[in-house]
Amino acid sequence: MKYPEFQNLGAEVLSMSVDSVFVHKMWNDHELSKMIGKNVPFAMCSDQDGSIGKAYGIYDEDSGIETRGRFIIDPDGNIQGFEVLTPPVGRNVKESIRQLQAFQLVRNSEGTEATPSGWKPGKQTLKPGPDLVGNVWKVWKVDQAFND
Amino acid sequence: MPEEFKPGCQRPSIKKMNIETNASTQMEAKEARKPMVKVGKQAPDFTASAFYQDKFVNISLSEHKGKWVLLCFYPGDFTFV
Repeated sequence: MKYPEFQNLGAEVLSMSVDSVFVHKMWNDHELSKMIGKNVPFAMCSDQDGSIGKAYGIYDEDSGIETRGRFIIDPDGNIQGFEVLTPPVGRNVKESIRQLQAFQLVRNSEGTEATPSGWKPGKQTLKPGPDLVGNVWKVWKVDQAFND
Repeated sequence: MPEEFKPGCQRPSIKKMNIETNASTQMEAKEARKPMVKVGKQAPDFTASAFYQDKFVNISLSEHKGKWVLLCFYPGDFTFV
């Protein structure tokens, strides 16, 4: 549902599980497309032997499945962030979008800006430098982390 | 665009990564205990079969170089969350 937002941010989404591409097709056709009213817009990848999941450290040998690992990868192919959850708890896609926006801001500023706790687009960033050492309390208040 | 493939009766063969195909038995034991990847470091590249836009295709992470990628693993199709 949020795929257009990722597209607007110039990001691609890939999903991955140990299911075959045939099962992916059936899941799309018989359940997910009914849930969202259209086909799944991104590529549903298959990692049948778990080798990709192992490379990322999220493969569960005991049950032969992949845990909910979510990785944000930058245009250079570097991992900027990840989150791993056990199966019963779903992710918060909005938080992934917020983190992506924050990483993009930092990258576009070429490291001159940083996003403090609770940052989202439109909120204050910090510009790390000698003058800011020991002075964050003067320019940024804790309440800002919790205000929308 | 990703390369399309025609599905046959066999499951698509797995495109193993170099690091794993070259592994000896001893190495495989080590692979199984591979630690978590690190932030700020290169994401392991892969090529995987995928269902995408009503087709079966092969997709590599490296073909998305120059774009941001959100890679989401999940336990299984037709599970509940």
